[in-house]
Amino acid sequence: MSFISAGAEWDFDLIESYERAIGKCAAAYGLDTYPNQIEIISSEQMLVAYAGVGLPVGYPHWTYGKEFIRNEQAYRKGYQALAYEIVINSNPCVAYLMDENTMTMQALVIAHACFGHNSFFKGNYLFQQWTEADAIIDYLVFARRYVMGCEEQYGQAEVEAVLDACHALSRHGVDRFKRPQPLSAKNQRAREDARRVHEQHHFDDLWRTVPGRGPTTSIGTRRDFPAEPEENLLYFIEKHSPKLAPWQRELVRIVRKIAQYFYPQVHTKLMNEGWATFWHYHLINRLYDERLVNDAFMLEFLQSHTNVVRQPGFDQRGFGNINPYAMGFAMFQDLKRICADPTPEDRRWFPEIAGTDWRKTLDFAMRNFKDESFIGQFLSPKLMRDFRFFAIADHEAETELFVDSIHDESGYRRLRKLLCQQYARETYVPDVQVVRYERDGDRSLTLRHFQHGGRPLEINEAEEVMKHLAQLWGFTVRLEAVGATGKVNTVLECAG
Amino acid sequence: MAHVIDRRRNGGNESAVNRARFLRRYNEQIRRAVRDILADRSMKDVEQGGNVRVPRKDISEPVFRHGSGGDREIVSPGNRDFVKGDRIPRPQRGVGSDSKAGTGESEDDFVFALSRDEFLQIFFDDLELPRLERDVLLGSDEQKMVRAGYTTAGAPNNLAIVRTMCNALARRIALRTPLRRRLDMVAQELTRALEQNRPECEVTALLQRVALLQRRLQKVPFLDDFDLRYRNLITVPAPTARAVMFCLMDVSASMDESKKDLAKRFFTLLYLFLTRKYEHVELVFIRHTGDAEEVDEQAFFHDTRSGGTVVLSALQLMAAIMHARYSSGWNIYGAQASDGDVFGADGGKSRSFLAEQILPLTRYFAYLETADPSGSRVSPLWVEYQQVNAAPGSFAMRRVAQRGEVYPVFRELFRAHARLSTP
Repeated sequence: MSFISAGAEWDFDLIESYERAIGKCAAAYGLDTYPNQIEIISSEQMLVAYAGVGLPVGYPHWTYGKEFIRNEQAYRKGYQALAYEIVINSNPCVAYLMDENTMTMQALVIAHACFGHNSFFKGNYLFQQWTEADAIIDYLVFARRYVMGCEEQYGQAEVEAVLDACHALSRHGVDRFKRPQPLSAKNQRAREDARRVHEQHHFDDLWRTVPGRGPTTSIGTRRDFPAEPEENLLYFIEKHSPKLAPWQRELVRIVRKIAQYFYPQVHTKLMNEGWATFWHYHLINRLYDERLVNDAFMLEFLQSHTNVVRQPGFDQRGFGNINPYAMGFAMFQDLKRICADPTPEDRRWFPEIAGTDWRKTLDFAMRNFKDESFIGQFLSPKLMRDFRFFAIADHEAETELFVDSIHDESGYRRLRKLLCQQYARETYVPDVQVVRYERDGDRSLTLRHFQHGGRPLEINEAEEVMKHLAQLWGFTVRLEAVGATGKVNTVLECAG
Repeated sequence: MAHVIDRRRNGGNESAVNRARFLRRYNEQIRRAVRDILADRSMKDVEQGGNVRVPRKDISEPVFRHGSGGDREIVSPGNRDFVKGDRIPRPQRGVGSDSKAGTGESEDDFVFALSRDEFLQIFFDDLELPRLERDVLLGSDEQKMVRAGYTTAGAPNNLAIVRTMCNALARRIALRTPLRRRLDMVAQELTRALEQNRPECEVTALLQRVALLQRRLQKVPFLDDFDLRYRNLITVPAPTARAVMFCLMDVSASMDESKKDLAKRFFTLLYLFLTRKYEHVELVFIRHTGDAEEVDEQAFFHDTRSGGTVVLSALQLMAAIMHARYSSGWNIYGAQASDGDVFGADGGKSRSFLAEQILPLTRYFAYLETADPSGSRVSPLWVEYQQVNAAPGSFAMRRVAQRGEVYPVFRELFRAHARLSTP
């Protein structure tokens, strides 16, 4: 066998050869992927894709313009390098490769995105349940057309007002526990039409003239609505807002559906990147073992790879947070090690996987977990020692911070639990739910913030969000907070 | 097998729409920022476009997020010497109370570059030449294409498909209906003939007729030459507004460097504004000391020359040029900058010449007086010009003493639809 390429220059034939070669390796490891579609784009187009949060088609909105300007500025001045690729969870799986990459980088990116991420998208339960790879592109095209149609009919300012308000609430547009409806604008509309027809057929004005028994609901028997708190704020607005016009409801729905599409990505960041990094590392190494790439290729690859998986300590320069690439990669590597070469400690901690076939175990882990549960299940003491993890507690009642636990025998379980919590949604998205809609009264809407660890909302920003909500709702909206004691306080009230 | 697609050539400017929307949305903030820039920049820089700084909080999008307070634990990597139970003094703002800290979100300002066009657009956004009249046909050679119904001949790209198909459909219905009717009749007769066992020859004749009719039906074409209709475009003269701006600048010795700078800033703005906003505006540059001369742009803005002051000479030259070159079909504007230091009868003569010879022919005349930075002293020319009794909106005068005042005064003088009059 000879090397696939020798220099840094890439061309389309070489990209295809690499894709084929890496695809063979991936098949040998049993990776199950969607077909690939590789698109070569320029750096400017990469900036556009950035601004559109990685979606290939987006509706026009100023916030994307702002993002574009921000990224462009940062990129031009050299503050920020561009990602080498963007990959879209669709079928076929679309990966954007930048034309400025060297051949080695393109190969790395193909291994990382077209096989790593791709197989994760296809296998992981969150992606399977919350997104539809087959329908997303069509839905985005529909959304774009719909938004632009609305702009034409009702004016840009009107549409923008609704979208702004929806964006403020977009993180609260997801059902965490219910399996969402399949994405299909057509079905949805067909259902609505059917309902309208049904109503028309069963409308009989005579009923109005029949002497009735008066109003059946009295104040005493009125039930609270909704019966259970509703966490999907955008869904509740879409279905129950008293004032929204049908087209505005559809806009709310569009923002909600797109937010939902991103939901799995947020919750599997660590796993997804770790998985992709693990696989580019293995696939490229296998190419090297098969003598398909030369030493120069390998050195460049290793340099990029080690940059990606670098984890600076909390007190070192360049520390941002836990690097999902570094930790994800380390965890999958560690899992492989536990399977293939377990220590007595591993056997104590992971009796059910120590010594099993690593490919099966990794596949199981990739399919059935998200970051939070993945850490809870598989973070080993060795890895905590390697990363030298420690937990700082910041408690309101204490005048000082204190070290809660470190990577030692007494701290492993506690540390793992805390790290697990760090990846739980409540940690970064406040838990705000609809608790009351005065359907028969003043039509006001009450949200409740269920505090975790007594952490309050950033009040000024919350007020801005409530203004947006009031605009969507059309009547008074209220925000309550409930802490550990169970006492409910009204925090904000905003007239519609 | 993967598809590899080269997308580099598609859609070079996909971001333009969203960028324009962003600029529109924050028009107010950006405009404020742009105007602040002018106060401390030279005109040359303004022409280049440049960076605009908008407070980040003005353009942030709110979401529900955690504020400071409450209890939390943060796990970080890289422990070296902490052990369980170590106590650490709380930093001023609470560790990690802002989860965004460190990602660069804490910058106060959102800075971005505007292109030269965007810059000037914002500069001159609601300004226009007052009382501009669009003169139709007057010597205008502008043509524009307008739609004018349909024709039966034309270029393929102008084919009106719907109209053509309507014609074709109508023609097919008209030609086929009688044939179909006859075919039906013959077919019925054939059935009867077969039922009644008529002679062979009769049946054959009927069959032949059926075949003939079917052939004729098939021969009616789906689309025929005379169905074709083309969109008709004709050219009509486009109404254009022709305008000329006279720039009159005093470069006498009493105009010191700072005053000349003020005057030049004013005319630079005027020049940028006119060349940007109007395609058909001619500019005439006149500078005067003791006598007036017409100069080109280069000399007007960059030449240094000085001498005495006779304002009247410039006004006379302007009138002469008006009569010679712009006697009919032109919107005439004038802008004059001077420190107003005139001697003897020059002021009075200038006033009456302006009022009698120039103002009746101009749409608008602006006088800008470059005053001393200290100065509340009223110049002789200012006093004279105050007595000009012009139609409302056709004459305006303003004083500037500071660099920073030039732009606001300029805006005031050329604000769209503003009612201007002598103060």
